[in-house]
Amino acid sequence: MSVYADNAATTAVSKRALEAALPFLTQEFGNPSSPHAWGRRAAAAVLAARQTIAERLGAKRANEVYFTSCGSEADTWAVAAGTAYGRRTDRRHIVTTAIEHHAVLGACKNAEEQGFEVTYIRPDSSGMITAEQVIAALREDTCLLSIMAANNETGVILPYDKLGAECREKGILLHVDAVQGFGHLPINVAEQQIDLLSVSGHKLNAPKGIGALYCRSGVFLPKLIFGGEQERGRRAGTENVPAIAALGAAVEELFEQNEEKNARLSLLRDRLREGLLGIEGASLNGCKDRSLPGIVNVSFEGVEGESLLLLLDMQGIAASSGSACASGSSEPSHVLRAMGRTNEQAAASVRFSLGFSNTEEDVAELIAACRSCVERLRSLRG
Amino acid sequence: MEKVLVAMSGGVDSSAAVKVLLSQGCEVAGATMHLYTNEDIEVREKTCCSLSDVEDARLAALRLGVDFYVFNFAEEFKKRVMDNFVETYLAGGTPNPCIECNKHLKFGSFLERARLMGFDKIATGHYAVIEQSPEGRWLLKRSPDREKDQSYVLYSLTQEQLAHTLFPVGAMSKSETRRLAGESGLANADKAESQDICFIPNGHYADFITARAGEQPHGDITLLDGTVIGEHRGLINYTVGQRKGVRVSYSEPLFVYGKDTERNALIMATAAQMQFMSLEAGDVNFIPFDTLTEPLRCTAQTRYHQKDMPCTVYPTENGIRVIFDQPQRAISKGQAVVLYDGDYVIGGATII
Repeated sequence: MSVYADNAATTAVSKRALEAALPFLTQEFGNPSSPHAWGRRAAAAVLAARQTIAERLGAKRANEVYFTSCGSEADTWAVAAGTAYGRRTDRRHIVTTAIEHHAVLGACKNAEEQGFEVTYIRPDSSGMITAEQVIAALREDTCLLSIMAANNETGVILPYDKLGAECREKGILLHVDAVQGFGHLPINVAEQQIDLLSVSGHKLNAPKGIGALYCRSGVFLPKLIFGGEQERGRRAGTENVPAIAALGAAVEELFEQNEEKNARLSLLRDRLREGLLGIEGASLNGCKDRSLPGIVNVSFEGVEGESLLLLLDMQGIAASSGSACASGSSEPSHVLRAMGRTNEQAAASVRFSLGFSNTEEDVAELIAACRSCVERLRSLRG
Repeated sequence: MEKVLVAMSGGVDSSAAVKVLLSQGCEVAGATMHLYTNEDIEVREKTCCSLSDVEDARLAALRLGVDFYVFNFAEEFKKRVMDNFVETYLAGGTPNPCIECNKHLKFGSFLERARLMGFDKIATGHYAVIEQSPEGRWLLKRSPDREKDQSYVLYSLTQEQLAHTLFPVGAMSKSETRRLAGESGLANADKAESQDICFIPNGHYADFITARAGEQPHGDITLLDGTVIGEHRGLINYTVGQRKGVRVSYSEPLFVYGKDTERNALIMATAAQMQFMSLEAGDVNFIPFDTLTEPLRCTAQTRYHQKDMPCTVYPTENGIRVIFDQPQRAISKGQAVVLYDGDYVIGGATII
C-alpha cells in the first residue's frame, strides 16, 4: 500500500484539469495572439480561465489576473510592484513575516540590497502571528505588507483577511501569498481589500508551470518580461495555453462542494493529528485552532526527520521534512527556527499534507507506519 | 540476492562499482552525501561533494538504471570534518580530513543510514581489497595498483564496518575502471580526479582557516637552538617538511621542523637535522587483531603518497610508539600513521 501525503509539495493533476489541457496540446494549438480562428479559440480559453480565477478571488475584472509560470514568480512580481510603488512615493519600508516562502523572503532581501528596510515579524511558538502584531509594525514610510494566507510548513492560518482596511487607509499595498491557502480559506480580494495575491497551479491539481498573480487595477505592476503584448504588456511571451486551461478547470473543480471537501479534509487532518500526537515524544509544530485543512507538522523527540522520511519512503509513504535536502538546502526549516525550535527539533520534524483524494484508510496507514518507524529508529539509537 | 547501497559521487570509480555489482546480480541503489553547500565554502567550482556533483551522481544513477537517494549530512560534516580540520591546524597539526570523513561519514552515518533502509552492505569506489581470514576476521589489503591504492585513508575501518562494506573496483586498475564506466556510456567517464580536500578546492587552506578562526598572529621563526632568524605570518601557513616559501635566509636550506604553538614559534632545521626516529600516535585501530600487547615488526607510512618504512611498534598507555629503523624526514602531528604487513593493513593511528 502506498500513501501520498505530500500535497503541500505538489498535487496530482485532476482528470478534469488534464482534459481541459489536452485539446490545446493537439488540435487547438493556436497562438492566442493570432487573429485567425485557431488563435481566437486559444484566446477564448485563456480568457475563460482568467475569468474563472478572477471570480473565485472576488476580483472585479478578469484583467486583474496575470498568468505566471509559478507561485514564486507571482510572489517575486508582487514584491516588485511593492518596491516600484515605494520608489514613486518615497516609502522605503516593507513589512513581511519571518515565515514567508523563500520567494517572498528572497525578493525582500533583494529589496534590502536596493535600499529598502524590511521588518520580518516573528511568530509565537505555535507559528501564529496576530493582526495587532502586524499593524504595530506598519509605519508611515511602509510601501508593502506581504503576508501569507497560511504557512506551507505548519498549516497555520495568518490574519491575512484582517489587514486590508488598515493598509488601504495608510496607503500601503497588501500582498497575500495564497499559494497554500487558496481553495481552503475564504478569499475575497474586494472585501478583504487585498491589492496583490499569488496563486500556484500545481498545489490545486493543475499542472506544474502555471501560476497567477492578482493585481488590483490601479496598482502599478512593473514589466516583468519584455516583448509582446501578452498579460497586458507586463509579461510578454506566448501564453502556456494548455496549462492555463487546466488551471481554470482545476479552480472550477476546487470550488465545487468546496465546503464539504474541506470539512472532510479537516476531519482527516484531526484524526491524523491526534494519532500522530499519540506517539510517544511527539509534539505539534503548529496551532490546532487555526490550521489549514490538510497539514500536520510534528516533531518526534530524538528522531531525525530525514531518517524517518526515508523509512516511510521505503514503506511507500510520501511526506516531507523541514530540511528538504534534495532541494539543495541543508538549513533547518526557517519557519520552525522562527517559532523558536532548536536546530535539532527542527530537524526532527515531519510534515504530512493530505489532499482531497486521501482516505480514512490512508490516515490509519500513516499513523501506523509512522509509529512503527519512530519506534524502530528509537530502538536503533539504543 | 544481496542489497547494496553504493556511495556515488558521479565519478568513474563509483559508477564502475555500480556496474560490477549489477553484473554480479546484486540489488543496487546509489546515494550521495550532501555535505556542504557551495556557499558554505564560498566557491563555485566543482568538487567531489558539492551540489552540482549531487546532480552528476543522480545522472549517473539514472543512466545505470538504479534508484538514487541524497542524504543530508551537512551538519555532521561541519562538526566532524570541517571544524576538526580548523582545530587541528590551529593546534599546530596537519589534519587529514578524508580519514575523518571516512570514519564518521562514509563508513559511519552513511553505513548506518543504509542499514536502516534495509541494505545488507554499502559499496564505494575505493581502491583497496577486503578479505576474510579463515578464522572469520575481516582484513584490509592494498590495491594491486599501488599508484591508486587508498588503503591509507581506510585504516580506521572496524570489523563491523568491514563486514558491511564492498570495494567492487578495489582490485582493478584505473584503466579497467575507466573502460568499465566508459562502456556503460557514462557522461562523466572522464571526470577529473577529485582533489585533495573537497571543501577547499582552491587549495588555500590558510584562507579557509583564517575565515573561520580569524587572522593568526605573526611570530618568531627560530632554529632548533632557539635562535630567532625571522618572522612568520601565522603558523597555519606552514607545514612540517616545507622548504619553499618560508622566506628566511640561512647558510644552507632550511625545512619546517615543527611548530611550538605555546610560543607561537615556527622551528626550522637543516636537512641533516630533519631526522625523526620515532613517533607517538593515539586513537588507534587495529584490523587483524583488537589490541597490541607486545612489540611488532612491520612497516609504517606517515603520509598518503609515501613509501612505508620498516619499524617496530610498541603499545603505550594511550596508543602506540613507532620506532623507525632509519630516520624519517618529516612527521606531522595530526596525520595518520598506517601500519602494514606486506600488503595487509595492520592498523593505524593519529600522530600526536
